[in-house]
This record gives sequence, C-alpha cells and structure tokens, in this order.
Amino acid sequence: MGNSLLNRIGIPRLIISLFLAFLVASAFSYGLPMGQIFGAMLTRFGMNALLVLAMIPTIQAGAGPNFGLPFGIICGLIGATLAIELDLRDFTALFFAIGVSVPLGAFAGWLYGLLLNRVKGQEMTVGTYMGFSIVSLMCIFWLMAPYTSPEMVWPYGGDGLRVTVVLDGRMEQLLDKLWSFTIGTVRIPTGLLVVTAICCVLLWIFMKTRTGLAMSIVGSNPRFAEASGLNVNKYRLIASVISCAMGAAGIVIYSQSYGFIQLYQAPLYMALYSVSAILIGGASLQRATITQALIGTFLFNALLVIALPVANVAMDSDISEIMRVIISNGIILYALTRKEVGGDAR
Amino acid sequence: MKLIQKNIVPIVFIILCTIGFQYSGLSWIFFANDLMTRLARNSFLVISLIIPVLAGMGLNFGIVLGAMAGQFAAFITVVHNLTGIGGFFAACVMAIPFAILFGWLTGILFNKAKGKEMITGLILGFFANGIYQLVCLIFIGWLIPISNKALLLPSGVGFVNTLDLKIWQYAIDKFYVFRARGIDIPVLKYLNNINIPVLTLTIVVLLCIAVVLLFRTKLGQDFRAVGQNRHIAEIAGIKVDRVRIIAVIFSTVLAAWGQLIFLQNIGNVQVYGSHVQVGTFAVAALLIGGATVSKATIGQALLGTVLFHALFIVSPLAGKNLMGSAQVGEYFRVFIAYGVIGIALALHAWQRLVKKQ
Repeated sequence: MGNSLLNRIGIPRLIISLFLAFLVASAFSYGLPMGQIFGAMLTRFGMNALLVLAMIPTIQAGAGPNFGLPFGIICGLIGATLAIELDLRDFTALFFAIGVSVPLGAFAGWLYGLLLNRVKGQEMTVGTYMGFSIVSLMCIFWLMAPYTSPEMVWPYGGDGLRVTVVLDGRMEQLLDKLWSFTIGTVRIPTGLLVVTAICCVLLWIFMKTRTGLAMSIVGSNPRFAEASGLNVNKYRLIASVISCAMGAAGIVIYSQSYGFIQLYQAPLYMALYSVSAILIGGASLQRATITQALIGTFLFNALLVIALPVANVAMDSDISEIMRVIISNGIILYALTRKEVGGDAR
Repeated sequence: MKLIQKNIVPIVFIILCTIGFQYSGLSWIFFANDLMTRLARNSFLVISLIIPVLAGMGLNFGIVLGAMAGQFAAFITVVHNLTGIGGFFAACVMAIPFAILFGWLTGILFNKAKGKEMITGLILGFFANGIYQLVCLIFIGWLIPISNKALLLPSGVGFVNTLDLKIWQYAIDKFYVFRARGIDIPVLKYLNNINIPVLTLTIVVLLCIAVVLLFRTKLGQDFRAVGQNRHIAEIAGIKVDRVRIIAVIFSTVLAAWGQLIFLQNIGNVQVYGSHVQVGTFAVAALLIGGATVSKATIGQALLGTVLFHALFIVSPLAGKNLMGSAQVGEYFRVFIAYGVIGIALALHAWQRLVKKQ
C-alpha cells in the first residue's frame, strides 16, 4: 500500500517537493520577502508552461520528449524579431509574433517529424544534435539577416542583431500585467495564467479527439496501432508539428514575460530544461499528462526561483545555476535508466 | 567509385578545407605549424573514443568526465607546485584513480541504459559538469582547504576562472622539437620549417600501437564480440556488463591523459570551460574522419583530427574574407561540429531501421 503510494507520487517528485518545502521554510526563517518570491514563482510557471506542454504530443506519440524543440523555438524568435522590425507594439506585436511563429513552427515541426520517422529509437540523440545544429546555424542568420530596427541591431555599425533584444515598451510583460492584481504582497500574473489555462484546455480537447486518441495509441503500442490500420508515421508527424508549433508560441510568451528576446546560443539548452520539467512532474519517456507537465513546471521553476535568494543569504554564493544544471540533467539521467515498463518493443 | 562512396565524408571535408584555406589567405607555414600543434594536442582525445565504439556502445560523449579527471590532477600539481616534465607525468599518474572511478560509474550507468548510451553520455556530461562546478566553485576553499590563496576567488571559496599551467607548459611538446630544413624533393619540401613536437607524437604513436595490440588480446576480442552482438557474447560466456565497464574505463583514462596533453600545450586551464566541449569536438573529429557509430579506426581518428582542426584554423579568416565577418566563421565551425554529429547519428539510425525492415 505504502509502496504503491510512493510509486504513484514518484521518487523524484517526492525528493524535489521535499527540497522545495525545505527551501520555502528556510526562506521564511531568513525573513525573505515571500510575497515577491511567490509572485515570481507564478510568473516563471506561466512563462515556461507552454514550452513544457509542448513535450506531451511527441511523448504520447512514442517519439520521446521533443529534444528538437529548438526547431520551434527558433521560429518563435523569428516571429518576435519580425514584430519589432515592423515597429509593432502591444497586442498587435504579440499577436503578430504568435501568428507568424506558429505556422513557421508547424512547418519546421513537419520537417523535423519527417526526420524523426527515419530515426525511430534514436529520436533523443538525433533530436538533441539536430537542435544544437539548427541553433548554431541560426547564429549565422542572426548575424547576417537584414534587420534594420535600431532597437535590435548593434549600435555603432556592429554585425547583426544584439544578443538580447529589450522588449521594453513593445510587449514586455503584456500578458503578465493583463488583469493582474495583488493578494497581500503576491502579484498574480492573471493574463499569463489564463493563457496557460487556455492552452491546457485546447491540448486536453485535442488529445480527446479522434486524432489525439489515435496518437496516444500509436505511442503506447505501435504494432497494435499498425494492425488496426493506423498510420504510425502520420501520427508521429502530427505530434511533431504540434509540439514545434507550441514551442514557437511558447518562446514568444516566454520572451514577453521575461522582457527580453534572447538570441544566438540562448535556445541551446532550452529543450533540456523543458524535458526535465515534465520528467520532474512524474512523466516517463513514454507517457505524459497535462497534469504532470503543470506540476513539473511549477516544481522545477519554484525551486529555481527560491534557491537564488536562499543560497545568497545562506552561503553567500550563487548556487542556483549549478543546482539547475544538476537537477535538470539528473532527472533526465534517472528517466533514461529506468526500466521501460510497457515500452514498445521496437 | 566505390572508394569515393565509402569515404564521402572525409572527401567533402578535404574539399571544404581546401576552399577555406584558399579564401583564408593564410601562409602555408603558419597553417601547417598550427595544424601540427593541434594534431599533437587533440589526437589523443579523439583516439580515446575508439574502444567504446568497437565495444558497441557508440560515441562516448562521457569522455567529458575523463577530461575532468585530468583537470583535477592538473589542479593538484598546481597546488603542490610540481613543475616540468616530472609535474606533467605526476599529473598523468594522479589522473588515473579519478578516471577509473569516473569511468566505472559511467560504465554502470551505461549498462542501465543499454541502447541509449549516447544520449545518456551526453546528459551525463552536462550533469557531471554541474557536480564539477559544485566542487570547484563551492567546495574548494570551503570543504577542501587550499593553502595557496592566489588560486582562489577573492571570497576565498572556489577556483579562479583561469589557472596558470606555466609550471609544465610544453613539458613534452618542447622536450625535443624537430624541424626539417633543406628538403629539396618537390612534394616533401612543404614539410620544411614545420616544428614537430617529437615526444608528443611519439606518445600518440605508442598509444596507437597499444590500441592495436589491445585488440589482439583476449580482452580486445571480448570488446569486439560484445560490440557485434551482446546476446551471442553473453551466451559465449563473456561477462558483457563487465567488459562494457572496462571499455568505458579505458576510454575515460585515455581521455584524462588526452586532456592533460591538451592542457600542457595550451599552458593554462579554464577551470569552468576547458572540458565542456571536449566530447562534442572529439566526436565530430572522429566522424569527419569517416568513422560511424559502430565502426572506427585509428586512421580515421587521425585523419578526422587533421581535417576538423584544419577547418578550425581557416574558418574564421575565410568567414571574414567571404562574408565580411570573422564571427560567421566561428559560428560556422560550431555548426559543422554539431551538424556532422547530428547527420551521422541520423544516418546510422536510419540505416539500422532500414536493415530491420
């Protein structure tokens, strides 16, 4: 009984939760401004949620977590930079950015999906390196592309776009501030959370449609799916398209909340952080739910938000980045070494 | 025709390097000397990948841990001021226990993730880098006392970013430098005036011979048997898991030494950066030499090192002359490193899938 409860919660989720509780307790005892910290947790949660939700389609379709997320992210960055290049502001800019990046991301996802169907069983390794390559290829693009907006190119005749583009006055925190209110000292980024909720509902509805259900069957048992007349490759392709499109929209939402567009090498490890978030939430490399994605996003980001001030007070050094690296990669290693229960027998 | 088909990857890169060299405007002497230096300092790391490939574990991205082992040993020599060639070999000896421990742990992990060794090795490299930072940035000076405060950050905790290795820089590279002069034979006259680090190259050659000999021993045959088919090897009475762990340990120890050779040439260690890209660059070099995930030879390792680093030398200048920006060349070579690995892995997975069907 106790064992099954432990299995249901999952050891990593348990450890991370306890660690988080410990950090929250110590933050209280150090007298840190908890209102700000909880507010930041909510913001970081909303910022990252869509990028983590993007993992669900490919996991469910049996292609593993989408390590090729940078394909989508790159498209989102193109959309966001185009919006600034055209001198758009506020919601026009945001909608334009998302409107451009989603179809681009879907197209990139389609190409990436074609690749994934040819490397079954090795999606993670191939995806990681293809992601790395597209990010470094796009570095050349950011350097050479004929952008002219003075907010984005280096001043004094430097080459190409800046490493970080400031969104101040463009779409900085647009969703975060929408309908935002404060309870006590906690600022609730209502708009951001509402958008996250809408995305969850849409994804949930999609997973319940014929296509969504077929996708899950393809993932859980490809042979059975094939036998019952489902085109395995087609559903894997759809999953990749949706995942990359979500990644594209996700990075736009991430950037508006962060207040900066980060170019060049910045998207390199973003897929890894999203993968680890969903795994922390209790997902495996073969099965994932929306709840797991949300729990994982919250736990992972809450931990990072609170670790920084606590570590600063407690040990006078910045350990939070180190912690992020250890936790995120540690959880992926854990998932990789787990026995694949009910995994497909390819 | 078949020869071309078989060696298409190195051929493409030879062409790429030749074009790059033309546009870089570099003089042959500068280029050749730089290439010789890079060949001497990087080939050991690339060769360290061969054993796991032949043992069927794919490209060992986990050699990053070997590089860390080498760096830990280097730190010890710096703290205790062990100088000269003696200091270098002391570092090589001290790296062994670290590397064996790391290699053993890596091997155990790989055995738990059979079939997914490469992604596991890659993630393990990132993970280990986190632990490494924890040790070097937080534990050093706090849990691990260091007497020489000049090596620490102003707060007294954590290593500074760059540690000087002048104490044994060029310990083996400049032990005996050979420089050909006055060769008149048309083709060979290009070899004039190139500084050849004889001892370093001798060590590399000895390593190559050792690897060849290793594969003639019982253990080497076991590596091959496990690499060809784990299940048949198991039935034949080979302790597969144990053999795989030994293969990884070999690779990790060699990588540790490789990193030390690299560092003795560079003359300093970027505490938080020198090891990070070791796996990616070594793997890319091996693949450019024409190796695949399941097949690699010493010749491919050496050829790959030459080609990959030739590209490294020429691409910033070629980028500047062609595109008007040196930065383009920098990004281009990073793209090549990742791209080559990505394509090679994809092709391998694809071929395996086609074979199955």
